[in-house]
Amino acid sequence: MIIFHYDKTFEGLLTAVFDAYNRKTFPDKLLRVEELEPLFVDVSYRVITDEEKSSRVWKRLEKKLSPITRNMLSYVWMSELAGSDELIFRYVRKALDSKQSIEMNFADNDVLEMRNVAQKVNKEKHRLIELVRFQKAADDIFFAPVSPDHNSLPLTLEHFTDRFADQKWIIYDTKRNYGYYYDLKTVTEMTLDSNNHFTEGKLNEKLMAEDEKLFQELWRGYFKSMTIKERINLKLQQQHMPKRYWKYLTEKQ
Amino acid sequence: MKEETLEKLKTLAESAKYDVSCSSSGTTRKNTPGSIGSTAGWGICHSFTEDGRCVSLLKIMLTNYCIYDCAYCINRRNNDIRRATFSVEELVELTIEFYRRNYIEGLFLSSGVINNPDYTMERMVRVIKQLRTVHRYNGYIHMKSIPGASELLVREAGLYADRLSVNIEIPTEQNLKMLAPEKDHKSVFAPMLYIQQGVLESGEERRKFNSAPRFAPAGQSTQMIIGATDDTDKQILNVSASIYQRPSMKRVYYSGYIPINTNDNRLPALIKPPLVRENRLYQADWLMRFYEFNVDEIVDDKFPNLDLEIDPKLSWALRHPEQFPVDINKADYSQILRIPGIGVKSAKMIVVTRRYARLTSESLKKMGVSLKKAQYFITCNELAAFNVNDTSPEYVRRILTEKKMSKGKDNKHQTALIFPE
Repeated sequence: MIIFHYDKTFEGLLTAVFDAYNRKTFPDKLLRVEELEPLFVDVSYRVITDEEKSSRVWKRLEKKLSPITRNMLSYVWMSELAGSDELIFRYVRKALDSKQSIEMNFADNDVLEMRNVAQKVNKEKHRLIELVRFQKAADDIFFAPVSPDHNSLPLTLEHFTDRFADQKWIIYDTKRNYGYYYDLKTVTEMTLDSNNHFTEGKLNEKLMAEDEKLFQELWRGYFKSMTIKERINLKLQQQHMPKRYWKYLTEKQ
Repeated sequence: MKEETLEKLKTLAESAKYDVSCSSSGTTRKNTPGSIGSTAGWGICHSFTEDGRCVSLLKIMLTNYCIYDCAYCINRRNNDIRRATFSVEELVELTIEFYRRNYIEGLFLSSGVINNPDYTMERMVRVIKQLRTVHRYNGYIHMKSIPGASELLVREAGLYADRLSVNIEIPTEQNLKMLAPEKDHKSVFAPMLYIQQGVLESGEERRKFNSAPRFAPAGQSTQMIIGATDDTDKQILNVSASIYQRPSMKRVYYSGYIPINTNDNRLPALIKPPLVRENRLYQADWLMRFYEFNVDEIVDDKFPNLDLEIDPKLSWALRHPEQFPVDINKADYSQILRIPGIGVKSAKMIVVTRRYARLTSESLKKMGVSLKKAQYFITCNELAAFNVNDTSPEYVRRILTEKKMSKGKDNKHQTALIFPE
């Protein structure tokens, strides 16, 4: 068995592709640096992330793959699913080796799997766009906590900066403990030093803007009134709006 | 914003909720500096109520006072319900504040008719005009056009709204007259035509001048109530088919009649709203819009109503076994679309993938194509499977509609391993 160790960055992964072609040996497994190896390892190789190598691989991919598919690579990377890096590695190798484009060959397991994982992440991106709920703080910053399964928050920034261009906002991933702050001009990544700004998805009442509670009340009242009792279908509701999102939904609190 | 707004909001939401349309798609509007919001072309749902319907727009009435007495409507003049009216400023502020918190994608404004259609329509136009011009709001706006309103006001509304709509409500005029004596089809189709003309003219102008104003860029939609009258599915779908012919008509919504006004003997006594029929009508609507079906293929004089037990595509396939089996590896796209159980996405996947490899039922399954129904109607790159022509349509129908014993429930036919105490 051939093992490659790398630093679990996307650039590292592309460097691994470069090194593999260079050495003409392809890994059966990709592991983190220092990660415990399985038994019976024939070759163990340590990849040193190198910007030049990774950008050369990327340039080659730009010739081989359409922009949509290149996007898909980063979506699969963001999925943070176990084995997604190995999947990308296999896909990239197939793409580089094939004379024709492999993008539409859904009869191939890896091509299909790439599409399915990318779709999952894309689905979650849309869920975030739908279900983010801002609470207005006293300093006029709109605050929204989220906890997505995949690391899909960065994918939503383009949408949110366009839509809420004239208000300051923070969207914070409580699971990965980082977020983004928009100051009316640019978006910057940030980390909160303490968790006492909010409890159970709600902004601390002391930090809330004056009329925030009223608007939350209005929204809850509106949401309740919209239900048509003759048509109750809780299963359908949950199918569209899975329960794991409920803790941060104003109307469900 | 005061506490009493909450009561108003609840009352007017209760009154507006029976309108089905909630889509926020069809227009793209990027944010420009100094303005609020944007509109995404693909429509965004923001929440789902307990009945499973999406909340995309703030669906609200300006007022639920009404001079009309339509039997099917909750806001009819003779109903004893709580009434309220929003002021223009109140509704504008509510929309903006909800929008800023990402609760909604925009506003769906409707209203009961007060004084006369023009008076009502003018107030509604003031709301959306203020949103667009004073607040420079870029979100989605869907506005109901009041039947009988003048062309001038419809034309003005189209400048600010993304979508305008007029509800047909009852598919046949004779039944409409019975339930809503003060209305006729003319008052519905006239504003529909104004909207259509506005959309066409603005399209024409924008081809010449890029900066010409847009007019209801997301087109128009309409709604029909199902099951309040004795109209057949054939009549309903024929109305839909004919109005889909019109340019600018994007969607027809079907709303299963909910028995709200039980003391009116012109209306049928229903225990439950006809939800299955409503679903079948939507499926038939989809067949017309995305599956290249003609309305006569779905319903005709022999089958004036849709089959409630099976979906309209399967029902069509069982009536036409001579069209099957379809060879997945050879048939063209439009034939594949007609296979029961295969949707637009699957059909497209099949067409692109078969260039690389011959498809088997195994590869179809992996691609996520559902074979439950399709298996009786296809052949692929393997030994011929059992299809509809090896047996009879009746038999296929029976196996597909048979109720399955669910795993958790007690299965009396199986010997229990653990004896009950």
